[in-house]
Amino acid sequence: MTELRIPASEAGLIERARRGDREAFYELLRPCERMVYATALSVLKNPADAEEVSQEAVLKAFTGLKRFRADARFSTWLVQITYNEAIMRLRKARAHLYESLDERPEGGDGNLSPRDFADWQPIPSELLEKEEIRQAVHDAINSLSPAYREVLVLRDLQHLSIKETMTILGVSETSVKTRLHRARLQLRDALAPGLDGCWVRGGPYRKVRAW
Amino acid sequence: MAIIEISCAEVWREISNYLDGEISAELRERMAAHFKVCAHCTAVLEGTQNVVRLLGDGRVFQVPEGFSKRLYKKIFTR
Repeated sequence: MTELRIPASEAGLIERARRGDREAFYELLRPCERMVYATALSVLKNPADAEEVSQEAVLKAFTGLKRFRADARFSTWLVQITYNEAIMRLRKARAHLYESLDERPEGGDGNLSPRDFADWQPIPSELLEKEEIRQAVHDAINSLSPAYREVLVLRDLQHLSIKETMTILGVSETSVKTRLHRARLQLRDALAPGLDGCWVRGGPYRKVRAW
Repeated sequence: MAIIEISCAEVWREISNYLDGEISAELRERMAAHFKVCAHCTAVLEGTQNVVRLLGDGRVFQVPEGFSKRLYKKIFTR
């Protein structure tokens, strides 16, 4: 039995949207809005730019819908378009400063020692209701280098598979894994003091061992 | 059969793959044995796991107020 990749309703919406039905396209889009925005933001860091690029990407998807093949998920296809748009915007804006994708930090052999070993309690869910916590997470994500940030956002925020992430970013499986690994450990280093110390328990941050 | 010991440095290198289930059964077993006796690596594992959970929570990344409405407008007025 062949696997049905697209739910019937989605396939129907795609069909209608292909014929120019904007309502159908918008309906198709709704569940992906956050993904689109987060992808653009992960590249551009600036909310206003991210929104503008999201809009451009969505329009591009609408006019290019006939090129969409059913062997991919619609959301992944849309994220791919958004990612490309965002990278193009970045290149245009910083033509003279832009480091090519190939030159971005990768290096080393995947070694990255965690900075400290504070032992973490599970994060209370209500913590995320706090604006300051969300801001701290955003700041930590923004402090990562672009190559790490992009992989992190695709994998851990949007739950894309390793394969989908490879396709969107055009990098190898090893690169996806190495970048994700470093991004996660760096994020942990950045967030552990707040989450382990003052935010959760109201006390100072306790380092288990500085190595 | 005895499990071959693994160093902390080796464990860190694979923490992310461990969380994603992207390692061999043999390595998984060695790492699990290590976590049982090494509090530091366990702390790193749990911290990293927390980060992954945190990011996966829909509340971390929210679209700006009115985002959807503006998108709708864009689609219909182009």
